[in-house]
Amino acid sequence: MTLTKQALRALSVGDVVAQREFAFTRDSLVRYAGASGDFNTIHYRDDIALSVGLDGVLAHGMLTMGAAVQPVVDWLGDPALIDDYQVRFTRPVYVPADGEAVVSVIAKIGQVDAEAGAARIDLVVTAAETTVLGKAQVRVHAA
Amino acid sequence: MPINPELQGRVYAKTPSYLVGREKIREFSRAVFSTSPLNFDVEAARAAGYADVVAPPTFAIVLQQFTLQQLLDDDDAGIELSHVVHGQQQFTSARPIVAGDELTAVQTIASVKSLGGNSMITSESVIEDAAGEHVATTTSTLVVRGDS
Repeated sequence: MTLTKQALRALSVGDVVAQREFAFTRDSLVRYAGASGDFNTIHYRDDIALSVGLDGVLAHGMLTMGAAVQPVVDWLGDPALIDDYQVRFTRPVYVPADGEAVVSVIAKIGQVDAEAGAARIDLVVTAAETTVLGKAQVRVHAA
Repeated sequence: MPINPELQGRVYAKTPSYLVGREKIREFSRAVFSTSPLNFDVEAARAAGYADVVAPPTFAIVLQQFTLQQLLDDDDAGIELSHVVHGQQQFTSARPIVAGDELTAVQTIASVKSLGGNSMITSESVIEDAAGEHVATTTSTLVVRGDS
């Protein structure tokens, strides 16, 4: 199933099109560091994270950004329908050494242009009941 | 050491060609919690019209990582990695990246700003395939925290 023009016309601003929760552990951060090539020590060394004024080890913003778009990819059916994806990293996602940080994603329709067959999807991304991504927007077009 | 304001406008050398591997796409896809069969299953990707497995929407960060390394390695820049926090990120895609793509990236420093004790550096990387076709443009704002 991919998003068709017909399906897009039926969408209204505020419709929730996808949602998912992710559990980030230190294992997730090490895995993401290796996969992406981002070996900034603040993502796996508590001592260094504290020494530069952070409250502890934090998830890569790009891990949060990369995971947050996945429910939208599944809903769209085809990643080629994504034209643009942007976020602001407003608050860090701290990941404890011995537990997990749960990141919750709700994807809502922010704008629909039925004529152009395009839409903007706004992501509400929270961890510990705090919004962690600002202006998280995915611009898509219908197949 | 303050961030050098003269970085603004600097254009770095095109990165060496990067061959996108199928297993790298699978590894990256697992790391971002993907559940899309297009990211893992060659047959599913081919059935959907792709040459091979398809990378997740943020995979271009791997190419951008090489360009940001050029900035960090620039003796003239004065940036220490542990002081860097990601501020903003944008991907504008012409098409998804697939296994077998040979990609290069050219980075331009769009702006350098000071805000309190911190510096903000916005870098834009234009990614092309082996045919010189535009694949994606990534724009990244790094916040470099001051020492105080």
